[in-house]
Amino acid sequence: MFAEYSLPELGSIFVMQGFAGLILFSVFLLMALGLAIIFGQMGVINMAHGEFMILGAYVTYFTSQFFLNYIPALFSIYFFLAMGLAFLASGALGMFIEWAMIRHLYKRPLDTLLATWGLSLILQQLYRSFFGPREVGVELPEWMMGSIPVTDMVEVQINGLFVMGLTMAITIAVAFLMYKSRWGKQVRAVVQNRVMAGAVGINTEKVDRYTFALGCGIAGVAGSAFTMIGSTGPTSGQLYIVDTFLVVVFGGAASLLGTIASAFTISQAQSTMEFFLSGSMAKVLTLLGVVGILMLRPQGLFTLKVRR
Amino acid sequence: MSDDIERGLESSLRRKLLMGMAAIPAVALMPKFALGAGPATSEVNTTGLAVTDTEVTVGILHSVTGTMAISETGSVQAEKLAIEQINAAGGVLGRKIKYIQEDGASDWPTFAEKAKKLLVQDKVAAIMGCWTSASRKAVLPVIEQYNGMLYYPTFYEGLEQSKNVIYTGQEATQQILAGLDWVAKEKAGKSFYLIGSDYIWPRTSMKIARKHIEAHLGGSVSGEEYFPLGHTQFNSVINKIKLRKPDVIYCAVVGGSNVAFYKQLKAAGIDLSKQTLLTISVTEDEIDGIGGENITGAYACMKYFQSLENDNNKEFVAEFKKMWGEKTVIGDVTQAAYLGPWLWKMTVEKAGSFDVDKIAVASTDIEFTKAPEGYVKIHENHHLWSKARVGQVQPDGQFKVVFETADLIEPNPFPEGYQ
Repeated sequence: MFAEYSLPELGSIFVMQGFAGLILFSVFLLMALGLAIIFGQMGVINMAHGEFMILGAYVTYFTSQFFLNYIPALFSIYFFLAMGLAFLASGALGMFIEWAMIRHLYKRPLDTLLATWGLSLILQQLYRSFFGPREVGVELPEWMMGSIPVTDMVEVQINGLFVMGLTMAITIAVAFLMYKSRWGKQVRAVVQNRVMAGAVGINTEKVDRYTFALGCGIAGVAGSAFTMIGSTGPTSGQLYIVDTFLVVVFGGAASLLGTIASAFTISQAQSTMEFFLSGSMAKVLTLLGVVGILMLRPQGLFTLKVRR
Repeated sequence: MSDDIERGLESSLRRKLLMGMAAIPAVALMPKFALGAGPATSEVNTTGLAVTDTEVTVGILHSVTGTMAISETGSVQAEKLAIEQINAAGGVLGRKIKYIQEDGASDWPTFAEKAKKLLVQDKVAAIMGCWTSASRKAVLPVIEQYNGMLYYPTFYEGLEQSKNVIYTGQEATQQILAGLDWVAKEKAGKSFYLIGSDYIWPRTSMKIARKHIEAHLGGSVSGEEYFPLGHTQFNSVINKIKLRKPDVIYCAVVGGSNVAFYKQLKAAGIDLSKQTLLTISVTEDEIDGIGGENITGAYACMKYFQSLENDNNKEFVAEFKKMWGEKTVIGDVTQAAYLGPWLWKMTVEKAGSFDVDKIAVASTDIEFTKAPEGYVKIHENHHLWSKARVGQVQPDGQFKVVFETADLIEPNPFPEGYQ
C-alpha cells in the first residue's frame, strides 16, 4: 500500500489525512451540538434538525445577496452577521415550533419522532415554495476560500480552519451554559425531574422553550457554516440528519462529552477508512462498527449516572 | 409564431391554467389557428385516446416536490414551452395540445401510479416525463402494459430499449466515448481517476469509461471510487487524488454531493485550470448551486450547452427566458425535454395518426431541424442521433464550447465489448 510512496510523501499523507479527519470531526460536532441539546437534554427526537440547519443556510444566502447588492464594501465580513442572523432565525422558528407543537408531546417522546418528521416535510415544501426548488449558490468572501500552502504537498484549507474555530467556540459556549450557568442548572434539573423542578420554582415551560430554541439556533449556525462546504437547497438538510443522529446516539444521549468523543471516533474512523478503501465501503464499515458497539453498549459511549 | 408569445411569466401561467378549463380564451388569442382544420377524429384516433376534433391531451409527469424537484423543474418548463409553441403554430394535426400535469413527487411507485392514471383514466396520447432511471424503470412496465408513449429526456446508462419510449437524451456511449477521446488527445490524458455517486448510472458509465480508457486509449485508471448519494465530505478522496496525481479526474457525482465535492476541491487548493477535470454530471443547472467561481475551468461533456452559437438555440434561449424569467438557466436535460413534444408532433403528423402503434413505427428517421442543439434524428432503436460537445466552465456559470464532434453519433444502447 505504502511501497509506492517516498518517506516525505508518507509524512504529508498523514498530516493531510489527520487534518481532513479534524475537519470532519468539527463538521460532525457542529451538526450534532444542536441535536445533543434537544435530543440529549430534552429527549425530543427532532427529525427536522436538518431543516433548521437549512434555514440558517438560506439566511446566509439572503444576507450575502443583500450585501452584494447594497453594501458590497462590507462583503468580506458579511459571514459573521449572517451567522448571527441564522442563529436568531432558526432559534425563533424553534421557539415557535416548541410552543405550537413540541410542548404538547413531552409526555409522549416517541411521538415527537413522527411529529417532527412531518414538520421536516412541511418545512422542505415551504422552502421549495418560497425559495424555489433549485439549489442556490452562496458566494463567499475571497479570504474564506482557498488554502494556505505549508509545503508542496500539505495545504491547509481556510474554510476547514474556520469551521474548526467556530466549532470550538460554540462547544465551549454550550459547555459553559450547560454546566456553569444558573440557566444550565435549571435545564439539567428539568431534564432529570420535571415535576420536582417545577415544585422548587423553576419555570419549566420557559426553560423548555429556550432550550429548544437554543438547539435550533445552533443548528442554524451550523447550516450557515456548511454553506462553505455543502449545498443549499430545500432538501439539503436531509444530507446531514443521519450522521447527526449517529453521532448523538453513539455518544450517549445526555452527555456533551459523549457527543464530542463520538464525533471524534466516527470522523477519524471514517476519514481513515475512506483513504484506504472506497467511499461507500468506508460508510458501510463505519455504520457496522457503530451498530456493533451500540449492541454491546446500548446507552452509548458516555452516560449520566442518574438514580432512576 | 413569436408574436403570439409576447406575454410575461404570470400571464402565460394563468393562460395555461385557463387552457385546462376552457379552450375559448386561448383560442381567441390565436388567430392563425383554424378550428377543425385537421382530419376527422375517427381516422386519427382508433384506440380511444383523449383526442377530440379540437384538442389532444398529453401528460407531463415529473417531480415538482421532493428531492428531484431541483432537477426536474427545468424539464417541466421546457415541455410547457414546447407545447405552447406548437399550439401557437397550429397544434398537431389541427388539434391544440392540452396537457395534464402529474407530480411524481420524487417517489418511484408514485411515478408508476401517476403514469397509470394518465394512461387509463385520462387516455393521454403521450407522456413527457421521468428524469431518474429509477423513475423510468418504475414507469416502463405500466407504459408497456397500457401501450402508452413516453418521451424521456435524461442522459442515462443505456442497456434499455422499448417500442413505447423515445429517449431524447444521450445513452452512455454517446456521452462518454467522444469526451474521453477528446481529453486523451487534447489534454494528453493518460491516467484517469474515476469518481462517482453510488448508483446505477455512474457505475455503468464508469464501466464503459474504464473499458474505453484501458482498451482503446492505452491509458490507465489510477483510482475508481463511489460515494453514497448525499455524501458531503470529500477531503479524504481529494487527498488521494493529490497523491496519485492523475492527468484527468473523471467525475459523475450527482445531487447535493456535487456542490460539496467542487467546493472542497477548490478549498483544498486544486486549481481546475491546471488539473484537468472532465465531468458528465454537471450542467448549467448544477452550476447554479455549486457557484460558477467554485468550478471554473472544469470540462463537461454534454450534447447541449446554453451558450451554443446557432440560430435555433438563440431563439430557444430567448423564448425560454421570456416565459420563465431572465435568471433561469438551461441545462442539457432541459433542452432534451424540449425536444419531446416537437418530436412527438412530427411523428404524429408523419403517421397521420395519434395511435401509439403507428407512432412507434413512424418515429424512425424523424428529423428535427429546429432543435436548439442542432439537427437531430430518431434512430430505429428509439434513441437520438446527436453530437457530443465538450464545454469549459466560465466564472459566470456558462460553458465555453471547446470541442464538438464533426458528425452525429449513432446511439448504441447495447454497446458490445463495454459490458
